[in-house]
Amino acid sequence: MRTVLLFGAVACLILGTGFLQSWNSALLILNMGLISAVMALGVNLQWGLAGLFNVGVMGFVALGGLAVVLISMPPVGAAWQAGGGGILLGLVLGAATIVAAVLVWARTSGKLRGWGTAGVLLIGMVIYRMVLDPSVEAVEAVDPALAGYLGGLGLPVLLAWPVGGVLAAGAAYVIGKTALGLRSDYLAIATLGIAEIVIAILKNEDWLARGVKNVIGLPRPVPYEVDLQNDPAFVERAAGFGLDATTASTIYVKIEYGLLFAAVLIVLLVLSQLALNSPWGRMMRAIRDNETAARAMGKDVTARHLQVFILGSAICGVAGAMMTTLDGQLTPGSYQPLRYTFLIWVMVIVGGSGNNLGAVLGGFLIWFLWVQVEPMGHLLMSLITAGMADGSWLKAHLLDSVQHMRLLTMGIILLLVLRLNPRGLLPER
Amino acid sequence: MDLLNGVVALANFVLIPAIAYGSQLALGALGVTLIYGILRFSNFAHGDTMAVGTMVTVLATWGLQAMGVSLGPLPTALLAIPIGILGATALVLLTDKYVYKFYRAQKAKPVILVIVSMGVMFIYNGLTRIIIGPDDYRFADGERFVISARTFRDMTGLEEGLALRTTQVITVITAIAVVAALFWFLNKTRTGKSMRAFSDNEDLALLSGINPERVVLVTWLIVASLATVAGVLYGLDKSFKAFTYFQLLLPIFAAAIVGGLGNPLGAIAGGFVIAFSEVGITYAWKKVLVYMMPPALEPDGLVQILSTEYKFAVSFVILVIVLLFRPTGLFRGKSI
Repeated sequence: MRTVLLFGAVACLILGTGFLQSWNSALLILNMGLISAVMALGVNLQWGLAGLFNVGVMGFVALGGLAVVLISMPPVGAAWQAGGGGILLGLVLGAATIVAAVLVWARTSGKLRGWGTAGVLLIGMVIYRMVLDPSVEAVEAVDPALAGYLGGLGLPVLLAWPVGGVLAAGAAYVIGKTALGLRSDYLAIATLGIAEIVIAILKNEDWLARGVKNVIGLPRPVPYEVDLQNDPAFVERAAGFGLDATTASTIYVKIEYGLLFAAVLIVLLVLSQLALNSPWGRMMRAIRDNETAARAMGKDVTARHLQVFILGSAICGVAGAMMTTLDGQLTPGSYQPLRYTFLIWVMVIVGGSGNNLGAVLGGFLIWFLWVQVEPMGHLLMSLITAGMADGSWLKAHLLDSVQHMRLLTMGIILLLVLRLNPRGLLPER
Repeated sequence: MDLLNGVVALANFVLIPAIAYGSQLALGALGVTLIYGILRFSNFAHGDTMAVGTMVTVLATWGLQAMGVSLGPLPTALLAIPIGILGATALVLLTDKYVYKFYRAQKAKPVILVIVSMGVMFIYNGLTRIIIGPDDYRFADGERFVISARTFRDMTGLEEGLALRTTQVITVITAIAVVAALFWFLNKTRTGKSMRAFSDNEDLALLSGINPERVVLVTWLIVASLATVAGVLYGLDKSFKAFTYFQLLLPIFAAAIVGGLGNPLGAIAGGFVIAFSEVGITYAWKKVLVYMMPPALEPDGLVQILSTEYKFAVSFVILVIVLLFRPTGLFRGKSI
């Protein structure tokens, strides 16, 4: 009952935006809300179900975005000829170095161990750079204004969504292997670090996804507005609804995106619910509530944690791929931890950690607030400053500061929910 | 001669910047580690506490400059630090009273407090951006160099210059003074001893009549002061920008964990380990190697292991290596 009411309330908020502002912005909020809900589901799986503290959501989201570029963009033939093979060989050599170092570490002992591992790493590193660097230079020199990177595989963009999940899962496996099983604070710092590293790689490795030059014009799974406007049948149908072709086409495209995202969200939600209520879900909660007891019952706590950490991160990767598809561009400079990591956490906590529907609700609600706090804050500030003289510096400063109200509001919401209703809007059953 | 040139280049580009940066990190990590030792949670708002303290200092500096006050060759900000400390302390104590105290009374799990500190982080970050804005501010004034590269070259006749910036000297001197005062306080005074006792064994400390609220209050006072000083020193050395301070969280935590969370000595060591690795790995060594190596072996490339944008990766890798091989940190963690 409570669930239905709260979801109804959020639906009203979004519909209200449609009536009061415009249907385009309402649909935009809805689409990003769907994506946020997917991210929140992923974090909820890790935190709500298993009690893992992952503050690297941004990194997994960005990896999903990278997948879109790697899968859907057409390959840049000249770049592949210039240095594609060299880069691949370099990466293989780099991986081989790490494997060799691990083997040396595992197989030797005593003095040889430290020096041997260090030596293998050093020599491997030098060879790796000697192979990689010239190829990277060659690739980045290919038409730098438009390309300068290897491009993708030219496959359908929808394929990128699961691949984004796989990329994120791979990264999660590496972090989980090292940091899980240590103290929970350490996992937090490790994930925070890996997220920064993923962003740093995206920003600096131009051969991969053009770095801060951004990849724009990603292929879309839905038709382009211009094509719709030129389609007489569509214009006629739009006229039937009493809409002009431009508005109708933008709304139509957004609805199609919304349907795609909703399909993904529903599938993931159903799977999460099944997982939550399965023996596996009960085991996870048992581990979360009392690790020692679960271990005494013969459960392999670290392995289960690794499993759920990978699953949750993969979901975040899928959401990241969806988001980049919606944006139609990959802009590594726009990834900020407050927006992509901590905001998702606010969603999960406010919605109700441990409850999948709660996480989804939190995703919609917090995203709505994140978007709408700015106009609301602007209204508030205009009221406060109404009495002040025009052109006074304080008035200008206050009006300027409105754009930063979001962070403050999110912090206050998080603290209030934690204090007054720590189990969230929809508590775990 | 070449060797000497090499040493000077090394000092100029690696040693001096790393020592200054290490001192700033150490002061930041001390704050994190004290909170961890006494209040028993990882404070995610620490970077933004530094930002708030620095912001108040910057505002006060502007005020002093407007009044025509100056310290001559030294930056005016040094005069404004006490005001910054007051500001940060006031904010932190208010936060403790209205936010953290509730969870302390409940004996909430540490991870809940971490999430709470995330909310506090949002609020501090928002406050900083609302009050001073998200832009980059330079507020260092006074003499820029103690020794400039040119003077050094003229003095010694070497090819390489050694620039020693005023801010770097101030950073190191202040850091030493602050750390000395902190250790004296923790080891010699009654309050400091009660803090250490509280960190070692809370129940035993309570039994022997130590007032926990007082310990917490003093801890916050020290943490706010450390955070402000660290933030101002970093800002003088580089510049003040809200987002940069938030990003400092990673190297600061890495320093605290590498040293051993809860161990002040470890925090200092960790700060320098992180700083030296960061600067050393992202520095293009060619300049130094050219002097040190015979001409035949001179390297072609820049001999830069990673580009400077990857400096976060360095603190992270150091952190992972230490965690893998010595999970409690270089110094045994969790004993103040």
